[in-house]
Amino acid sequence: MDALHALIVLANFVIVPAIAYGSQLALGALGITLIVGVLRFSNFAHGETMAFGTMLVILVTWWFQSLGLSIHPLPTALLALPLGILGCIAMVLLTDRFVYRFYRKAKSSPVVLVMASLGVTFIMNGIIRFVIGPGDQRFADGQRFIMKAREFKEMTGLKEGLAIKVTQSITLVTAIVIVVALFWFLNRTRTGKSMRAFSDNEDLALLSGINPERVVAITWIIVAILATVAGTLYGLDKTFKPFTYFQLLLPMFAAAVVGGLGNPVGAIVGGFVIAFSEILITYAYKKVFTYLLPSDFAPSTLIQLLSTDYKFAVSFSILVLVLLFRPTGLFKGQST
Amino acid sequence: MNYRNISLFSMVFVFLIIVGFSQSWNVAFGLLNLCLLSAIMSLGVNIQWGYAGLFSIGTVGFVALGGVAAVVTSMPPVEEAWRAGGPGILTALIAAAITIFIAIQIWKRVAAGIVRNILMIIVLLGGFFIFRGILDPATAIIEKINPAGTGYLGGLGLPVIFSWLVGGLFAAGAAWVIGKISLGLRSDYLAIATLGIAEIIIAVIKNEDWLTRGVKNVTGIPRPTAYEVDLQKSETFISNVNWIGLEVIEASSLYVKFSYGILFIIVLAIIMWLSEKALNSPWGRMMRAIRDNEQAAAAMGKDVTKRHLQVFILGSAVCGIAGAMMTSLDGMLTPQSYQPLRFTFLIWVMVIVGGSGNNWGAVLGGFLLWFFWIEVEPIGHWLLSILTSGLPDDLPFKEHLLKSAAHMRLITMGAILLLTLRFAPKGLIPEK
Repeated sequence: MDALHALIVLANFVIVPAIAYGSQLALGALGITLIVGVLRFSNFAHGETMAFGTMLVILVTWWFQSLGLSIHPLPTALLALPLGILGCIAMVLLTDRFVYRFYRKAKSSPVVLVMASLGVTFIMNGIIRFVIGPGDQRFADGQRFIMKAREFKEMTGLKEGLAIKVTQSITLVTAIVIVVALFWFLNRTRTGKSMRAFSDNEDLALLSGINPERVVAITWIIVAILATVAGTLYGLDKTFKPFTYFQLLLPMFAAAVVGGLGNPVGAIVGGFVIAFSEILITYAYKKVFTYLLPSDFAPSTLIQLLSTDYKFAVSFSILVLVLLFRPTGLFKGQST
Repeated sequence: MNYRNISLFSMVFVFLIIVGFSQSWNVAFGLLNLCLLSAIMSLGVNIQWGYAGLFSIGTVGFVALGGVAAVVTSMPPVEEAWRAGGPGILTALIAAAITIFIAIQIWKRVAAGIVRNILMIIVLLGGFFIFRGILDPATAIIEKINPAGTGYLGGLGLPVIFSWLVGGLFAAGAAWVIGKISLGLRSDYLAIATLGIAEIIIAVIKNEDWLTRGVKNVTGIPRPTAYEVDLQKSETFISNVNWIGLEVIEASSLYVKFSYGILFIIVLAIIMWLSEKALNSPWGRMMRAIRDNEQAAAAMGKDVTKRHLQVFILGSAVCGIAGAMMTSLDGMLTPQSYQPLRFTFLIWVMVIVGGSGNNWGAVLGGFLLWFFWIEVEPIGHWLLSILTSGLPDDLPFKEHLLKSAAHMRLITMGAILLLTLRFAPKGLIPEK
């Protein structure tokens, strides 16, 4: 019985949140990895792309709410998502046209492109703060829980509760749908195949008549969709704050590198690896051990490996370990 | 230095003089001091990027380490905390050092394979638990001692000027560790590794209250110069000021800013002199050769990774020195003020705009961009109020626009960076 209680505590505070967070990171890391694969540079503006898309979704959500539109019990943001995605697509295509295309044509070194992406980060960060402000924005509405901790206790008669938020399940479902659609696109459609060919061997792809600008444009469109969805899900699950999205860059990059840069399957696995390690290492296990150990040995401290303030240290350490021991990532990615 | 460069530098000074006349000389000198600090930081980034082409975006971490150095060298020690928790902290640090030493020895001596991996995991995990087991009680005791006033270990009570060197050493040490790990991998990895380490350094500064008081800030860091209050009481100062015909309060604050300015100019001059010497020496030519073609340089027998590590450490040390100087100028350590946008990316823009690879360019970039960073806000506010002057005052939209003028900075800096990269990638003062 105690073991079951311990398991439920673990599920409630570690497994369920980590699955949701992992899905968000996986979607973000997919975007980064696609850019590395096709455009061959690390896009430091990815966190900002997410924030920009999410900001549009929030604005549309507010507009819909003022119109009285809603899809209760689901959050209105889901209804606003398509419009946000369209706006985000327009934005990334514009930045590609006015910023990145020049360096691509000039065959500049990747470092110059990375630096240009820093410039884009700056501008977008400014625009986002200009429009919606630097503070927290909550935009989740609709029903909050699928199952409340109390309901679970009444249902099962156990002492510990298991709460599942609506946003957590939406995150998982959306992530699965998006990922399935993406892999179908990459593996089954002609355009997707040309994208993969371009990523594998640019010269060969060009020789076989693939239009590079079209591949690049489609990559940006997919990246914008992934980024907006990931950002909106993260914002619904937690809260929207521009600076937090900038900071997400580190775990997302770590996820992409762990999986192998340029490898979509790797990015998804990487996202979950990072999310689970981050939460497992910063979780305080006191309650779990209180159930598992005989009462004489009950722990007096929190039994927390690292305080949650150091969650960046977790993704960073994983990143460094992977770079040191397996620079191509768990699945084979690009490396030099 | 040709006429073009001299006129560019004079332009900055004309700007400062205009500020002096139109706003106040206090503002102008305050600006000048931060311009000098920015110039030192951008020299540091220039050493990494301009000389060697290392893409490190962890400047904010090194600057923050410099700030910590200012606290741990110059603040008076909290005796009670040292007695209560000092031995615990020291033992914990020694335990950590021993753990890492053993781990490195295992790594070197045991043959690669599953045995080594298991041994490493046991040693590192065991060491971590021992470290935390000793450290946690000690920090708890320290943080309980007078939490409103001190609640930390304090420093060594040495003169604050000394901390500028210590800041450089701290940053160099951190850079050595990061460089050992991530140099030699592809360029983006160094960028992401330095970004990460900077986040971690700042998280430590924010949360390890026993060391830096965390978000409670350390105030009253000793100054290398006189204090306004003392000046205002000093008979000679008052009579001198009266003789010149200034107000005593304003003059005292000007005097303090002026003395800081002199100190900063001395440091900038020393670093600048060393940088110029280094850049125009065989070492500097070797660095540029490595930057322009790594393979060719390696084929000529140059140890590329080692040279990269060297230049990475040097550049970080310069940023650390500037960080310590900035904290001693502020007189306080505010961990929340270490924003990557302000301390990493702004400095990068300075180097790119000024002219990467050219020390004078980096200094000019530091001056010019800091000036704009400060002045863009009033200019943006002014522009927006003109643009919106036709709208009614109670319109929420107008209010929102005016309130958001502060964010114009980021947009302007990003635009400047992109435009420079595109149309003048060599910067204002190009490399010779």
